[in-house]
Amino acid sequence: MGEVGFGGNILNDGNSREFKTGSWRNRYPVHLKEKCKNCMFCVGYCPDDCIKHKDGILEGIDYDYCKGCGVCAKVCPFKAIEMKSSEEE
Amino acid sequence: MAIRERLSGNEAVATAMKQINPDTVAAYPITPSTEVPQYFSNFVANGEVDTEFIAVESEHSAMSACIGASAAGGRVMSATSSQGLAYMFEMLYIAAGMRLPITLICGNRALSAPLNIHNDHSDSMGVRDAGFIQLYCENNQEAYDNTIMAVKIAEKASIPVMVCYDGFITSHSVENIMLLETEEVQKFVGKRTPLQYLLDDERNISMGPMDLQKYYFEHRKQLADAMRGAKDIIKEVSDEFYKLTGRKYDLYEEYMMDDAEIGIVVLNSTAGTTKDAVDKLRASGVKAGMVKPRAFRPLPYDELPERLKNLKALAILDKCDSVNGYAAPLFMELTSAMYSKKVMVPTLNYIYGLGGVDVKVDDILSVYNKLEEVAKTGTVDKTTYYLGMEN
Amino acid sequence: MAYNLKEAVAKESRFVSGHRMCAGCGAPPVVRNVLRALKEEDNAVVSCATGCLEVSSCIYPYTSWNKVSFIHTAFECASATLSGAEKTYYALKRAGKVKKDTKFIAFGGDGGTLDIGLQSLSGAMERGHDITYVCYDNGAYMNTGTQRSSATPHFADTTTSPAGKVLPGKTQKRKDLTEIMVKHNLPYVAQTALFGNLQDIYTKAEKAIYTEGPTFIAAFSPCPRGWGYPSDDLAEIEKLAVNTCFWPLYEVENGVYKINYKPANKLPVTEFIKTQKRFRHMLKPGNEWMIEELQKEIDDKWNYLLMMEEVTNKK
Repeated sequence: MGEVGFGGNILNDGNSREFKTGSWRNRYPVHLKEKCKNCMFCVGYCPDDCIKHKDGILEGIDYDYCKGCGVCAKVCPFKAIEMKSSEEE
Repeated sequence: MAIRERLSGNEAVATAMKQINPDTVAAYPITPSTEVPQYFSNFVANGEVDTEFIAVESEHSAMSACIGASAAGGRVMSATSSQGLAYMFEMLYIAAGMRLPITLICGNRALSAPLNIHNDHSDSMGVRDAGFIQLYCENNQEAYDNTIMAVKIAEKASIPVMVCYDGFITSHSVENIMLLETEEVQKFVGKRTPLQYLLDDERNISMGPMDLQKYYFEHRKQLADAMRGAKDIIKEVSDEFYKLTGRKYDLYEEYMMDDAEIGIVVLNSTAGTTKDAVDKLRASGVKAGMVKPRAFRPLPYDELPERLKNLKALAILDKCDSVNGYAAPLFMELTSAMYSKKVMVPTLNYIYGLGGVDVKVDDILSVYNKLEEVAKTGTVDKTTYYLGMEN
Repeated sequence: MAYNLKEAVAKESRFVSGHRMCAGCGAPPVVRNVLRALKEEDNAVVSCATGCLEVSSCIYPYTSWNKVSFIHTAFECASATLSGAEKTYYALKRAGKVKKDTKFIAFGGDGGTLDIGLQSLSGAMERGHDITYVCYDNGAYMNTGTQRSSATPHFADTTTSPAGKVLPGKTQKRKDLTEIMVKHNLPYVAQTALFGNLQDIYTKAEKAIYTEGPTFIAAFSPCPRGWGYPSDDLAEIEKLAVNTCFWPLYEVENGVYKINYKPANKLPVTEFIKTQKRFRHMLKPGNEWMIEELQKEIDDKWNYLLMMEEVTNKK
């Protein structure tokens, strides 16, 4: 956490990544690479910023943080993401 | 080299602010402190200061803007009174909780209802637990001096400081005053060097989070500890000021207390009236004395009982009421300190001058007369009195 | 330069994972896409009103705010707090203490902006601070559990304007803050949503942030919990809001109106309300008058926009 803040100050920006919200979900998205066109809609809409991508290529879901909301699956124009029950995760 | 001048309290404080040349001032008009931002606006308009002045749309926003400015890393000042201070209530707690060194000038004025624009201490007393250091000033000289010291105290303690002086009696009365040269003030206050601030190019930080239970308790205790530690900081800064100006300041001022048998504790301008009363009594052989706290937050709980313990009778004067069926703040806080220190001097509480009722030397003499009776009998039949009223 | 979603999302995110907003909440994508409009080299100070976004994104010792400095003070003064920071920026820059170009952005919910925070917002806008205020409008006080605000749609069921036997949900019309902001004579005011390839919100955020002076953005922010729809349907709800003209996409630059999207086939409001539980009572037989009244309100605003677009663009 680094130097302790003063009066409540948090000195490490973006350190909420240390807090994993993945345990919230009861469903999880599966990225179907073969259907994916790397259009980035899912990245743009994902509330939790947890769809990994590099140099314009989609890499997959970051399950540390995904809350299973299903937005990516629904917004994807190419049906390249499917929601599955977490029992199968 | 000191400058001899004649200024009203508001003008003296505005002059101090000009010489301090803060980064940002956010203020809203309210009698009797309006003149402070008013004078200051002239300094801004004429380029005599580099300050960014924000004429906000409310006192709540005045303190909010000051918090944003101080959090951003600036040296920040403002001024208000009465309803304005009350409207800032929520934000005062936040400024203190965020440990932001804001200097807030308070021209003391009564609180509604009914509406009253004259002096008493109900406003600053009303926010005494907000976490601000509170310095009280007897006259224009002290208002000027405390404003300059407040900036340094705030930044050393990382606690906001409120400088309180009586509306109209001090704010609007012209008195002789000794000013410092601007360079002397600049050298004395130095530059603000914040460690953690929003506009730090080196790192981005987040301020004002939600704290859950444990962290919240820790952060609040840190503030409490810092307030206790502020006593030493106030003394340290006052000593530096003494070396620069020859004007001595401590956590409180004593007047003829060494051999006093009857004493009064009182804040702000009525201390002057009380000194006149003491002089009169001393001339007629009565051993009267006075103690005037300068710091009410932190109140010198350890020091004051010690100075009062030899008295035969004591009256604590409050220009404010707690409406609690018993007594007023200064009395309750001081007698509780005396109790803890086993200083059992028979003590009365006089609530006086609410809404700006004039307090003359004769009024103070009437208190001392009552104290002479109490000193004789050693007993207190009734604790709380309203000065000059049917009791 | 032309908008490109790939380039926009390639920038380092300034609102990162680990925040505690509900699954599927519409606010985080609003914040993230607005902040994507910042140039990579620019710094920013973000001020938040108390609300869902703030209490979920900044819980000591964690903050989701990345590559921006963040401050929260209270519920009704995000604008005033930011005003203080913005003005101090000039003072510190003059003193050589700050070098980076820094932008000043406030985020507040509808309650924190239209109701309790309106005075502070109006003051900051009128004073002309170079700030951008973004209201993520989820149509009620969601952090405290969906209590009605002035932004709650007419007839919507909330926990303080429940659809009861006598009262049909919220009995007042929605307060139109975007137009109130236009009347502050700001250089730029816009109403946006997460729509299609997100070009609308990105370009409006870019214009607002990089237009000098006070600017305002009202951003549609669906709330699955408060509105009662499956969290998956965020993009669908946004599309319906825009295509029924419940939430028109438009901007006003120095008083000149521009509607950014005119639905080829404007859908009746029923299409929007039937997807959400908060409007369910309106679909019951005998409540048709509610739908008609709501439809009229939407059409009145839409026609007003069409008229203003025509009038204010006449040379």
